[in-house]
Amino acid sequence: MAKPTELVQGTLDLLILRTLALQPLHGWGVAQRIRQVSKDVLQVNQGALYPALHRLEQQGWIRAKWGESENNRRAKYYSLTPDGAKYLRQERAQWKRLSSAIGLVLDMS
Amino acid sequence: MRWYYKLPLRFRALLRRNKAELELGEELQFHLQNQVDEFMAQGMNPQEARREALKSLGGVEQVKEECREMRRTNLIDNFLQDVRFGFRMLRRSPGFSILVILCLTLGIGANAAVSSWVEGILLNPYPLVSHQERLVTLTGTVRDQRDQTSWPDLLDVQRSCTLCETLFLSNITGATLSIGERAEIIRGSIVSANYFDAIGVHPILGRGFESGEDTGRNAHPVVVLSYHLWQSRFKGDPEIIGKTQRFDNVVYTIIGVAPKGFYGTFVGRNMEYWVPASMVEALYGGGDKLEDRGARWCEAYVRLKPGVTRNQAQQEISAIAARLAAEYPATNRGRGIKVWPLWETPFNHAGHVLPVFEIMVVVVMFVLLIVCTNVGNLLLVRSFARRHEMTVRLALGADRGRLLRQLVTEGLLLSAFGAAGGMLVAYWCRHGLVLLYSISGENMYMPGQIDGPVLGLSAAICLVVTLAVGLVPAFQTRHLALADTLKTEASAVMGARGRAWFRSSLVVLQVTLSFLLLVGAALLMQSLRKIRTTSPGFSSTSVFDTSVTLTTAGYDAPRAKTFQDELIQRVRALPGVEAAAYARAVPLSYQSFSSSPIALDGYELPPNGQSPDELYNEVSPDYFATMGIPLISGREFTRADDENAPRVAIVNQTMVARYWRGQNPVGQRLQVKGDWTRVIGVVKDSKYYTMDETPRPFFYVPLRQYFTIEPDIHIRTTQPLQSIQAALIREVRALDPNLALYEMISLQEQANRTTSEQLVAVALVALFGGLALLLASIGLYGVMSYTVSQSTRELGLRMALGAGPSNVLRLVLSRGLLLTTTGIVIGIALALLLTRLLGNLLYQVSPRDPLAFATAFAVMTVASLAACFLPAWRATRTDPMRALRAE
Repeated sequence: MAKPTELVQGTLDLLILRTLALQPLHGWGVAQRIRQVSKDVLQVNQGALYPALHRLEQQGWIRAKWGESENNRRAKYYSLTPDGAKYLRQERAQWKRLSSAIGLVLDMS
Repeated sequence: MRWYYKLPLRFRALLRRNKAELELGEELQFHLQNQVDEFMAQGMNPQEARREALKSLGGVEQVKEECREMRRTNLIDNFLQDVRFGFRMLRRSPGFSILVILCLTLGIGANAAVSSWVEGILLNPYPLVSHQERLVTLTGTVRDQRDQTSWPDLLDVQRSCTLCETLFLSNITGATLSIGERAEIIRGSIVSANYFDAIGVHPILGRGFESGEDTGRNAHPVVVLSYHLWQSRFKGDPEIIGKTQRFDNVVYTIIGVAPKGFYGTFVGRNMEYWVPASMVEALYGGGDKLEDRGARWCEAYVRLKPGVTRNQAQQEISAIAARLAAEYPATNRGRGIKVWPLWETPFNHAGHVLPVFEIMVVVVMFVLLIVCTNVGNLLLVRSFARRHEMTVRLALGADRGRLLRQLVTEGLLLSAFGAAGGMLVAYWCRHGLVLLYSISGENMYMPGQIDGPVLGLSAAICLVVTLAVGLVPAFQTRHLALADTLKTEASAVMGARGRAWFRSSLVVLQVTLSFLLLVGAALLMQSLRKIRTTSPGFSSTSVFDTSVTLTTAGYDAPRAKTFQDELIQRVRALPGVEAAAYARAVPLSYQSFSSSPIALDGYELPPNGQSPDELYNEVSPDYFATMGIPLISGREFTRADDENAPRVAIVNQTMVARYWRGQNPVGQRLQVKGDWTRVIGVVKDSKYYTMDETPRPFFYVPLRQYFTIEPDIHIRTTQPLQSIQAALIREVRALDPNLALYEMISLQEQANRTTSEQLVAVALVALFGGLALLLASIGLYGVMSYTVSQSTRELGLRMALGAGPSNVLRLVLSRGLLLTTTGIVIGIALALLLTRLLGNLLYQVSPRDPLAFATAFAVMTVASLAACFLPAWRATRTDPMRALRAE
């Protein structure tokens, strides 16, 4: 059984990858998008966000490019790589299996 | 290409840390700025907003540190995983791995060893001496000839030269050390008083020389012993300081012992003692050498100041020499002083060793080339064999870049092992040069440590080989097309061309190179054999030679004459002695013959009026009988030809041909050193200085008429050396118990010692030739194994159709032999062109000697057959049914 922190880390990775699957974003943008889409429920721990982004970059699931942000500042944009897309698919399937399994156990009478 | 993207990323993390750091900072700044803007939009003031933003991020430095760590651990993790995987893959095919590592070890080891030897001799030849890179030597020049320098001149240079840090003298000399019944000539150095300080070596017992001890004629008979001499001849006596010892016939006081591992400043010889320059007359003879500016005998060293080039030093010293020529025209007119680098110095034996080194470097390059082609070949073969495995893995979804990284890691692992093995081999072989030279009987020190620059060079070679090795399979996988390679490979046919040509040509290249080395080795071996077995014109194996320490015992001429007569009578009476005689000099040794201008009746002097100079030897009666030199006409010397009788001489055939135009000269006059002698006999030519000299005129005079106190005694006997030596010592001591005997050796052994350079060259080329042969065989084996394994289907088919094991064997062997024959044919063609370069090392052997070529051909063929045999045998064990069914 994975340690709680690892589970959280894995989930954060999943969220980040899914967010970037739609369009390239910078770190701030990823946090904003996750908050928006989850209707303010999921507030990403900012201290964990950037280490996660760097790790995902290191593993090759996402790639970075410097560009100009909406407010004309230099920002580091991340986008999903094909490897990352493949990984995301696998992890999403895994997540579905896991969550339905948990649901079954919780719903048991 | 995904892996293109990932590699730069890794490197960026490694190499451009600063840039990554800046970017990280910038990224976090951007985030904070946005957060601050958001907070301010919510109504906070700037300071509050900033504070809250920092709080929500959780501390910029912590975040930065975590990001950094993310990059780090990933790198290490992946690397460890690749290494573990690499190990597993290598363990799976142990034969292949061992072969590659063996090849790399041999190649890198040989290269590192040779580099360390060369670097040792050329750049750092004097162990324990400090700052050798700034040492140069000085000789004199007169017109275009080389000469030595004189002591007063050197003192002037020392005073006036601003670019010289220090100047010292180190002249080689020899003296007889006679302890007990053993006498030997030991080598030492005459040095200036500042010697030990200048070179940074300090005696472990006693002291070095004090300034002033190198002035005054024979005023300071003090000596510093070498560690080796102290241990071997003085038994490591701890009370040695202050004791006295006779060298030649001068008593010296021992004032110091040099440290262990210090052998003086002469390449190719170990110095056993050091005396100050004031004693030069005692050792060299002649007049006052310290005050006379015209007495040129000095071998001087200079250490330049840091940063000074040899050119700058040469300019300043030439200016000083010009000034001296103006101030002292009588002795110095037209003379200059030349600056030499250490490895070109005329007064040590580095020059003798250099030709051998040139051979070594060329040979080791050959070997390294073979190693690289071998390793590349083996890897190509293996990567081709693994195409199937690679393709399946790719089809199952493996990341191509990861696969590549794994292959590179495997290559790196192999190279790491090869490099480690190579370093070990080099370390063990570092004293190999000493061993080679000790085969030849020389007693010399060859520097053998492996130090910084050498390791650096070896490491560089390792790196290059690593990259070459590691990237070869990488390039192979790039061209993998999935569908293609999933189809069977085993349908290849034995004789197929195509991609096989590259591998085959590599093997052919190796065979060619090895063949060249083998031919070279065979030629050199033949040459050496010829030198050592050709008769020198006298019986070298049954004649022993030695001499007695008459000069050091203080014998004068009359006493020596009596002694010599008595001794020779006793020796002739010994059992087993056929004949005995004296001679001043021994042929084919390091001694030099006397020479004299000659004149004779009826011989016209050439137009420039110079009398011809010819060599001669002073010999006693019975000399020619002892040496086995046939007398052609006339008679030998007898006891009657003594100092009171008319002067006589015996000449050799070449002399007769040159000066008497072939007519019998017996009875004719010959002027030697101003005196007229009469020719009484003619002897056959023999070799005088070296085996490969051309016939030269030579004559002999009676020892009694041209007397020398300490001639060599030659004894012709059937007895072994030990017993005749013991008998001789007995007789000598019976006559005078104070005398001792020098080393007794046969004339053949004496001659062998002078051909040591050739022996070393032969040993080296033979050794590396053997190494090259081994490597080429490995290469051939690898390729044949692969070819057989790829052709299992065809072989199975043939066997199913009725081919017996012998047919299969013949098929495989013929394929292998085709490769080697191609290599040999090319090798023969190249050898015919290139062996001409060995010309001056070959004695009486043509560079196209058929025996050498035939030997190399035979050896190469046998080795190839052996290499092909195992794969061929495995082919015969193919189970036809399995082969046909297999994919």
